[in-house]
Amino acid sequence: MIPFFGWLTAILMVGGLYWGFFETPDRLSDQKEYYRIIYIHVGAAWMSMWLYVVMAAWSLAGLVFQTRLSFMIAKAVAPTGAIATFLALWTGAFWGQTSWGTWWDWDPRMTSELILLFLYMGYMALQSAIDDPRRADRAAALLALVGLVCVPIIFWSINCPDPNECAALHQTSSPGGGNMEPNILIAMLVTALAFWMYSFVAILMRVRNIILERERHTTWVNELLEKNK
Amino acid sequence: MFKAFRCIVMRDLTLAMRRRTDVLTTLFFFIIVVSLFPLGAGTEKMILQKIAPGVAWVAALLASMLALERLFASDFADGTLEQLLLTPQPLFVLVLGKVLAHWLLTGMPLVLIAPLVGLQYYLPDDAVITMMLTLLIGTPVLSLIGAIGAALTLGLRGGGILLSLLILPLYIPVMVYGAGAVSASAMGTTDLQAYFSILSGFLILALVLSPIATAAALRISVE
Repeated sequence: MIPFFGWLTAILMVGGLYWGFFETPDRLSDQKEYYRIIYIHVGAAWMSMWLYVVMAAWSLAGLVFQTRLSFMIAKAVAPTGAIATFLALWTGAFWGQTSWGTWWDWDPRMTSELILLFLYMGYMALQSAIDDPRRADRAAALLALVGLVCVPIIFWSINCPDPNECAALHQTSSPGGGNMEPNILIAMLVTALAFWMYSFVAILMRVRNIILERERHTTWVNELLEKNK
Repeated sequence: MFKAFRCIVMRDLTLAMRRRTDVLTTLFFFIIVVSLFPLGAGTEKMILQKIAPGVAWVAALLASMLALERLFASDFADGTLEQLLLTPQPLFVLVLGKVLAHWLLTGMPLVLIAPLVGLQYYLPDDAVITMMLTLLIGTPVLSLIGAIGAALTLGLRGGGILLSLLILPLYIPVMVYGAGAVSASAMGTTDLQAYFSILSGFLILALVLSPIATAAALRISVE
């Protein structure tokens, strides 16, 4: 499966970026060439949020069914999610600098993304601070679930800090909304799909390493090592 | 069940009264943090009035978080916690008792000391009352959420700093509305019902969910 998703990532990323750079108009509403950062930014931002849900879902599956593999997948998802979050923030800063003239603004979406990064960091820190893998898995899984319950409340509280004005939930500064050139939209969706495939590759590879590391006392791992020597 | 609950609360209060400095440390931490900001940001009345709600709430978050480390640590060290896990009473009731005792010792003093912040930051009387009320509703939520983190990081090296990484992001909603209510009150708004409703909602939600999560976390950590 890994080579399959790997090639799919490469093809989609190259294709989407080619489409995005050469088949689309030079401007998006009032933004010039620099809007093209959208092809990385949106894909990364979508994956960052989706992967947190994936991580929490595998954590729940692990806690309910007591399956070790679920915890391993949840553990493997976290770094990819954190990287996607960081990438979204980073490219967002560049984009903000060119279009709004500022690297950072306390805009609800950006703040939410930053807090999502904190949540990923907390998960990974707890996971790595506990030596016993069984306890580490279950403790981090519980944390992911608590985080999942809190995430909507946090995002909502950032979105409308004044409860009397919650009608203004839709912020106007969000990029990408409204009427978009179809070509730009296609290229953006293709690169977003590429990010998805990349997540599959990275997570599967990481799960494989985690399994090998944890099962290093078993005979089949040792046989595998002997064979590959 | 209620007997066990009361027993836990009284036991923790008695233990704390035998070591009063622990309680006072948290309180003075809060006072010191609050007093540092005027020294750093300048003593101009306008600025101080503007930052007062945020400063008071951030200081409250830090103070309650620092105190959390002790919530289960001593019980874990001397084996009491294992006995608690073995009792026939439901664990979340005992957890609720411990959190209540913890809040009486760390959250309640912050509520009572809040007028001092009002004096230091030239806040109008209405805003001071609002601050006390929001702290009264909000600090139990902090203790309840924090208990989950304290249970998860039980007995780990560097537990304190890890705890802050896990718990502080989850404190954000309480702080947003707590500080928001005080700000609105300082601006002269009188209708604060929406803030209090939301904060009370958080309290109810935390009261129901947090003890269960904490109990699960304790079982994971101690097993």
